[in-house]
Amino acid sequence: MKLGEFLLVSIQVDMHDKLALALQQDLTDRIAATGARGVLMDISALEVVDSFIGRMLANTAAMSRVLDATTVVVGMRPAVAITLVELGLSLNGVRTALDVERGMQLLRAAVRQPWEEPDGDTPV
Amino acid sequence: MATLRSEIAGIVTSEDIVRVRHMVRDAAVRLSFSLVDQTKIVTAASELARNTLEYGGGGTVRIDELADHGRLGLQLIFEDRGPGIADLNQAMQDGFTSGSGLGLGLGGAKRLCNEFEIQSKPGEGTRVRVARWK
Amino acid sequence: MADKYRFLSELLRKEEAAILDKWLELQQVALAGRRDQVSVKDDVETSRSFLHGFGKALAATRELDLSSSGWADLRQTLEQIAITRATRGFGPLETAMLIFSLKQPVFEAIRRSLSSKPEELASEIWNATEILDRLGLFVTEVHQKGREELIRKQQQEMLELSTPVVRLWEGVLALPLIGTLDSARTQVVMESLLHQIVSTGASIAIIDITGVPTVDTLVAQHLLKTVAAARLMGADCIISGIRPQIAQTIVHLGVELTAVITKATLADAFAIALQRQNLAVVRVQKNPPAAG
Repeated sequence: MKLGEFLLVSIQVDMHDKLALALQQDLTDRIAATGARGVLMDISALEVVDSFIGRMLANTAAMSRVLDATTVVVGMRPAVAITLVELGLSLNGVRTALDVERGMQLLRAAVRQPWEEPDGDTPV
Repeated sequence: MATLRSEIAGIVTSEDIVRVRHMVRDAAVRLSFSLVDQTKIVTAASELARNTLEYGGGGTVRIDELADHGRLGLQLIFEDRGPGIADLNQAMQDGFTSGSGLGLGLGGAKRLCNEFEIQSKPGEGTRVRVARWK
Repeated sequence: MADKYRFLSELLRKEEAAILDKWLELQQVALAGRRDQVSVKDDVETSRSFLHGFGKALAATRELDLSSSGWADLRQTLEQIAITRATRGFGPLETAMLIFSLKQPVFEAIRRSLSSKPEELASEIWNATEILDRLGLFVTEVHQKGREELIRKQQQEMLELSTPVVRLWEGVLALPLIGTLDSARTQVVMESLLHQIVSTGASIAIIDITGVPTVDTLVAQHLLKTVAAARLMGADCIISGIRPQIAQTIVHLGVELTAVITKATLADAFAIALQRQNLAVVRVQKNPPAAG
């Protein structure tokens, strides 16, 4: 789903490995085709993220970075986060946010051009 | 120690990994594991099932629901007749992989469970037993 | 073998009232000091239902195997008694004595009806001893399990008690840790922190370790895990309350804490957290009294 200059991907099903790879492929193609600046991956429906899916998320983030797009993973469940950390996978290269709304804020802040003035509300 | 329920499933395709995840989840729900415990054992099952498929060339899993002095637990036994593992210590290390994975499968699965046991002979296959208690 | 327990079961049926009276009397003596914990009425009720079930089980069964179906009801009654007593702080001895004190009235009843047949008398007394011993051991075992269950429950409750997550400000949570962090506790801490992050929508969590006596590699690892898990949910963590000794051990152990923001005091951490949210604490200027 395209939202302005961002892509929103909502993963709804328990994916088997081939499907996860297909999604990764599809997504990088779409980033290149649409010139999207940011990708929001909503995984709030996922009850399990094992090392394979975790690697898919990390790879997608890395690939989109090469394509000049920022990836934010949003909506990870607490039980999933605890399990991933225990598994030894802390997805260090991946940006995260609590929900879609926060993710959008993060994306907007990230793609703001460095020479643009920051918002006026920072305390002086 | 009593076995309350036991089922066996084959692991032949990558869809079977998803099926094993669901079976283990159902078993953990029946034993009223907490959500975090459910997620941990299901994730461990997913890692081990993938190992069985990718490195063992397919195999089986036995899912046992156990009761021991009022404690409930879930035991998973993965077996394959694949090439086996020559150096178990090396295989247990994080980051080591002979395939294309992250090398977190065995070590990660061990951290997600309370009990972990592995037997393997080159040329004969591998057997991994894990258990998580409530 | 067939009707090994027929005599006993009939005896129990005929003499139930007499045996019960005597048994209760003996229990009164044994429990003289603990009248507060079980009311007399409870005792009479449980004793009566036990004795009744005992008679029924004897009539229904031919074997001494307590796990067989004929004993199921009685087993349940006994489990109930044992667990109630265990949770009320009785010792295993006292619970076992409940069963053993039944011996005297039962033996007396046997003697009354078989006083003229010494051989039968001896064999029936042996039968009764055998059964009552088994029941006594069974009840002790259940009692022990009841205690263990109680301890487990209390441990769990203590874990939950010891990990409060408090909301300091909108979007800022604090987690004051007190005591040591083992892996069981880390899981509870993580769980409650992550759930609070979800329910309050917080983006910063301050983990205060002022109350953690020592930080070794394991504790540091647990802390880092908690930080990593919070980050996966989109929240940043600040670790505060690091005392000089702890800073020293952390460096000595070569623990890498560079990926985490650390602050000496909770106040410093809170200031950073507010700054991140673009908030500031300002002293309110009181207006001088008008028309002074």
